[in-house]
Amino acid sequence: MNLPLVYLKAGDYLVMLSGCLLTAFLALTLWQGGAADKAVIRSGGKVFSVAPLSRDQLIEVPGPLGISRIAIHNRQARIAADPSPRQYCVRQGWLKQAGEIAICLPNQISVELSGKKKNYDSLNY
Amino acid sequence: MTASIITLESTSEDHHIARMAALALGLSVLEAAIPSPLPGVKPGLANIVTLIVLARYGWRTAAWVSLLRVLAGSLLLGSFLAPGFFLSLSGALCSLAVLAASRHLPQRWFGPVTHSILAAVAHIAGQLLLVYFWLIPHTGLLYLVPLFAAAALVFGTVNGLIAAHYLDEKKTDSLNMTTEIQPRINTDAHG
Repeated sequence: MNLPLVYLKAGDYLVMLSGCLLTAFLALTLWQGGAADKAVIRSGGKVFSVAPLSRDQLIEVPGPLGISRIAIHNRQARIAADPSPRQYCVRQGWLKQAGEIAICLPNQISVELSGKKKNYDSLNY
Repeated sequence: MTASIITLESTSEDHHIARMAALALGLSVLEAAIPSPLPGVKPGLANIVTLIVLARYGWRTAAWVSLLRVLAGSLLLGSFLAPGFFLSLSGALCSLAVLAASRHLPQRWFGPVTHSILAAVAHIAGQLLLVYFWLIPHTGLLYLVPLFAAAALVFGTVNGLIAAHYLDEKKTDSLNMTTEIQPRINTDAHG
């Protein structure tokens, strides 16, 4: 069997190259994580506060079960304490990239990082 | 009451199309058994047959083979009129539309690999458009587009090379499978 390369003509290489460039372009444009610059804190579905990530702080948000504490540190945010029974949102840890979100459903509180442009908040197919 | 007999006139071209479609069908059933990391990422082996038919017998025959394969494949795999069937159909239609244009490219510079890559990209683009506008109208889908594009490029190239191998005049002077495979087996057996 011949090397498969003999079947390639000049235009084929051109098409393959354009295909690689197109794929690289798509990956670069669609996969950029997006730097987060603020944390949107919601309580009961309403925006409670929009905090910049540039300043370290501890925010206390009241919910139906009690107070949730949201920590912003080193351009990251997390829910440091929450009265919810299963502590899912606390265990989620630090949120780093735009589009990441931690939700405490029982206490109806969420923290979402957002950047200059809104990133995808979920993936499904 | 007399039994009525319906006779369908079939030409040799019909038989030829049916043979080619059956071959493509076999490949797509075979491929359905290969596990895929992501729904939609498949080698698309049946497109090798479409490419060969396109090069040898023209676009009309290739369209017949491709669409028959989609229809019969969905019947065999049990996805007729299910979302998977419409995804295959939209992919096949987009591929055929692109092939209708790309076959006019100068043959001196563009071979089966070009057609294969263009068809593969068109195939996944058609599917993604249908997915977006019908099944999952969510921009999260965009996240998967580079993966699909890369898969289309890789599988398109490989399928194109395989098609080019079979189209090579020096090795096989015809892709009439029934007459072509037979002598090969014999020579292999004796040699």
